[in-house]
Amino acid sequence: MRWNWIDRIVRFEPERRLVAVKNVSAAEEHLHDHFPAEAGRPASAVMPASLIIEGMAQAAGLLAGSVHGFREKVILAKITSARLDDEAIPGDQLVYDAVLERVDAAGASAVGTVRLRRPVREGEIEEIEIGEISLLFSHVDANRSGLEFPQENFVFSENFRSIIAAAGLGHLVAATAGRSAG
Amino acid sequence: MAMSRDEIFEKIREDVLVEALGVDEDEITMDASLTRDLEAESIDFLDIQFKLERAFSTDDKPFKIEQGELFPENLLENPAWVSDGRFTDAGMEMLRERMPHVDFDEFDADRSVNEVGALITVGSIVSFVERKLAAGSPSAA
Repeated sequence: MRWNWIDRIVRFEPERRLVAVKNVSAAEEHLHDHFPAEAGRPASAVMPASLIIEGMAQAAGLLAGSVHGFREKVILAKITSARLDDEAIPGDQLVYDAVLERVDAAGASAVGTVRLRRPVREGEIEEIEIGEISLLFSHVDANRSGLEFPQENFVFSENFRSIIAAAGLGHLVAATAGRSAG
Repeated sequence: MAMSRDEIFEKIREDVLVEALGVDEDEITMDASLTRDLEAESIDFLDIQFKLERAFSTDDKPFKIEQGELFPENLLENPAWVSDGRFTDAGMEMLRERMPHVDFDEFDADRSVNEVGALITVGSIVSFVERKLAAGSPSAA
């Protein structure tokens, strides 16, 4: 299984904003495992909120990583706040709209709104905002406190590079990306 | 117009610490230690730094905190500053110089590196902002 919780980048404003989408599918096993059937209640296939937060973290993390050509190991360090008012179900499309608030050598902070695009009938899609998530990222090489991390950039692996390339943003990946920021 | 110490405290309490640490307003007093009383962890300090910048920046004057300015980093890696888990005289001098917003007088007897984080109180942050705003204001120069 690939730990990719965004499917496509649909908007990119350098150092400011990144919008990505994720299509929720009934073929995803975890949807059915999240609220399995219990006595008196049928199974309810919903996208776990924790994975919606992960999706936003990947969108915002890519945005933060793009600032320095993906040389930094950008790690989600803290979910400052998260609010989700509605559930995403198979057939829905989640839209992660991430805005970078601050980035420096030590880390970055971002705030994102989660929208839901729900096909209600043929040719008609309802779009509503369902939440807001604030995240803090640490650049681990700058904050390692004596800990050693691998040289290669395990954060922005091949999986992410294919998403970046598919969005036509391959040029943002520095030649030295994948090596230590040093 | 310059902000008073009380105004700075209120702003730090409402716009920075409640959000960054998820604590109630009444827990945030001037004497509260960030780590000991408010249970701040290391990553919270970066969050606090970012939120201070946002809270005290104005359109014509950014409030920018350099890395290590508010909470010095890598203190323990210099053997001239730390010996046997305690700060040396040179280490104490460095702390006083780099963190004028923290009161080290009582700590001088103990000097244990494990306790230094707990010295940073809400009052320390208020003093930090107060100094920084005064230094950046043309009327105070």
